[in-house]
Amino acid sequence: MEDDKLLMEDEDTQKDKYLTFTLGNEVYGIDIKVVIEIIGIQKITVVPEVPEYVKGIINLRGKIIPVVDMHLRFKRPGKEYSDRTCVIVIDVNDVLIGLIVDGVSEVLTIPEKNVVPPPELKASQNKYIRSIGKIGEGVVLLLDWMKLFSEDDQSLFDDMSAEEASEEAT
Amino acid sequence: MAEPMVEVFIFETRQFLEQLEQIALGSEEQGGFSEEDVNEIFRAMHTIKGSAAMMMFDQVSTLAHSVEDIFFYIRELKPAKVDATAITDIVLNAVDFMRIEMDKLDAGGTPDMSSEELRNYTKDFLRNMKLDNGHDPDIDLRKAKNAKKAGEAGGDAAAPAPEPEKKQYYIGAAKPATPAPAATGATSGGQHIFEATVFFQQGCEMEEVRAFGVVNSLKEKVKELHYLPEKILEDESATDTIRNMGFRLFFTTEMNFDEAKAELDQTIFLDRLEIKEVASVAELEYWPSQETIAITALENSEPIKPAMPPVQRDLTPAARKPAPAKGGDGAQMITVRVDKLDKLMDLVGEMVIAEAMVTQNPDLKGMELDNFAKAARQLHKINGELQDSVMALRMVPLEGTFKKMNRIVRDMTKKLGKKARLVLVGESTEVDKNINEHISDPLMHIVRNSVDHGIEMPEVRVEAGKEETGTVILSAENAGGEVVIKIKDDGGGLNKEKILDRARKNGILTKPESELTDREIYSFIFAPGFSTKEAVTEFSGRGVGMDVVVSNIKSLGGKVIVDSEPGLGSTTTIKIPLTLAIIEGMSVSVGGSRFTIPINYISRSFRPDEGAIFRDPDGSEMIMVQGTCCPVIRLYDMYDIPDAIHEPTEGILLLLEAGDARFGVLADELLGVQEIVVKPVPKYISRMMKTTGISGCTLLGDGSISLIIDPQQVHNIIFD
Repeated sequence: MEDDKLLMEDEDTQKDKYLTFTLGNEVYGIDIKVVIEIIGIQKITVVPEVPEYVKGIINLRGKIIPVVDMHLRFKRPGKEYSDRTCVIVIDVNDVLIGLIVDGVSEVLTIPEKNVVPPPELKASQNKYIRSIGKIGEGVVLLLDWMKLFSEDDQSLFDDMSAEEASEEAT
Repeated sequence: MAEPMVEVFIFETRQFLEQLEQIALGSEEQGGFSEEDVNEIFRAMHTIKGSAAMMMFDQVSTLAHSVEDIFFYIRELKPAKVDATAITDIVLNAVDFMRIEMDKLDAGGTPDMSSEELRNYTKDFLRNMKLDNGHDPDIDLRKAKNAKKAGEAGGDAAAPAPEPEKKQYYIGAAKPATPAPAATGATSGGQHIFEATVFFQQGCEMEEVRAFGVVNSLKEKVKELHYLPEKILEDESATDTIRNMGFRLFFTTEMNFDEAKAELDQTIFLDRLEIKEVASVAELEYWPSQETIAITALENSEPIKPAMPPVQRDLTPAARKPAPAKGGDGAQMITVRVDKLDKLMDLVGEMVIAEAMVTQNPDLKGMELDNFAKAARQLHKINGELQDSVMALRMVPLEGTFKKMNRIVRDMTKKLGKKARLVLVGESTEVDKNINEHISDPLMHIVRNSVDHGIEMPEVRVEAGKEETGTVILSAENAGGEVVIKIKDDGGGLNKEKILDRARKNGILTKPESELTDREIYSFIFAPGFSTKEAVTEFSGRGVGMDVVVSNIKSLGGKVIVDSEPGLGSTTTIKIPLTLAIIEGMSVSVGGSRFTIPINYISRSFRPDEGAIFRDPDGSEMIMVQGTCCPVIRLYDMYDIPDAIHEPTEGILLLLEAGDARFGVLADELLGVQEIVVKPVPKYISRMMKTTGISGCTLLGDGSISLIIDPQQVHNIIFD
């Protein structure tokens, strides 16, 4: 009970808050509640047999975390990493994933009334954007982190949860 | 996961159940219950009853109550005729029942099984026992019922007239319950005023919470209740106060003295209870007037302490002396969640790497740093010790697991009509918690097998000139980096012919019979579906089980060996590496990547001569080593790594042995052997790669990640 209450409060303070980052010329936002931490780019260990956008694994204080290049993930040409390149570590259903982005800007509060759904374009477009937030003159593309690791990846999470369930059952 | 409160309940109850089982088995062996045993069982059942009642698990609580009654009877009236075996059975059945319910609860269910049958059996048994001993079967029962009505869940079972430990309530004994209509305050006819002090057992922890529990359960049954310390949960010093001076309650109620006492006697972890009845609230040491309460509530400031000077109460020295901790060494124990330990271990591993990053920092190269080196050595030493201590945290003695086997031997000998005893040696040997959990099932199967197949019937044993009672020795010891567990019986030994015969029938012979060693023949008993027993018994013969032994132990990285001497018995030896997560590995570099290969797979490594590696017409490469032709794979090729050495004569070839084949892998350079901590590849990635032969990853001293190659998987890739 107490815990629930705490959680709710916790969620409340994180509501409408987004971490914004740049990718090419655009500004993207991701729910602050899934962000674990932000680190500079570091040595990436390549792993075989994975899609190009999975750059490999990094060592985050003893935890081994896969990192995904967001440029490549959005099927754009890759970009050289620089000092400004950051890795945003997020937690999706207890799976930690690092997102390689051009740079991290700030944490913004975007009230719900300033958030609009993306235009209904043809299929396969905008599927990673949940909605668009307005900040003054600019816009922030709000990532759908669930879907981002969906599609090919979604089956992956499903599989995983199914497997975990079966593991628990045995 | 269950709520914390439920979790604690499950944990505590399970501990008590284990304790109960051990006592019951032990006393059966001695042929009777010692006074201490009776008290222990009584106390354990009583506590389970209390906490189960608090958690509203009535079936468990009432069953515990009925068993408790038996021991209460034994304790109080000391009957001459006690059927220890039958009572042991009752206790064990109850333990089993509760254990199942705890498992259910742990799995998120509700304990809903009815214990009525067991309860009725227990009650009848008690009745008969009373009759046998010439006591009136109804006397105590009725009293118990009365007490139950008054004190809800039964109180201290009856509180009969001959109460030997009256001195416990030394104040209460001096003042008999006199119905005293209070002179002050609004009183109705049957109002009683009590002053009680509850002392909790030493080391029961969380005294303030337990005190709060008392208040909560009492609240509904009393008219007005005050207690000291006032702010149990808010005041930090409350715990100490309760621990040292007891938890003091002042209340008015309609209950009479016995009822009130019974009510408080139910308190969990109660060590001592002092209770007295007073004539009016004015006699109470602490009775805030309505105004004070209001003011306190209003101001909500400093708690008013009218009667709380530290040692003002004239406690007799004996009463103030801390009671001996009945709960064993509970004070020195603390329960910690395993994931917290894992986290700690991760952090320590991380620190070891961080240390290497500092002391071997490239910036320091070529500098004369005497003082730095000294400090670094000190740090290294402390880190090493820290690592050892953290590892030791996860180590638990095998004792608990070993003792469970007592029960198995008992049950089996009883049902099979055999005579056997279990001897435990080295049960204090410590192993990783993980091992301890996984070893339990294999041990159970082997011990069962020993009793069922190994130990002969008593007549046969006598005929063979052996002692009538068979012996199964369960021993454990540390040997090098391994734990060696042996299960040795002095039975008939394994029948080689029978095993061979069955192996032939099952078609699991891998070699000509003449080439099989004894050990190889014996190891057939671990094949799935293998049993030489003609008839299926309750315990064995289905051929299920022994294969579980092998698979469980293999999953721990261990092995099983069986030895046997016809007519003298057999010995099963289990060897398990002490820790699971750490292996010795050879690290190699390929281009910019690092790989680690478990050392036990590497048979040799060498730089191949010019032209030693040749191709077959399909383009597969191979090399001739000691007269056998081994396939060769190039790691840079397999994992698509740029900038690696392509010329075999400049690189290094590692000859690996996996399964029944040998093969070579080509790498750039050997980096050295080190102990590595195996970490799984993140699921996100392991899902995408399936055929790579990578089984995990590890962190090297410089903080970089190395992928662990599983030679078995590579073998499968090559030879398929």
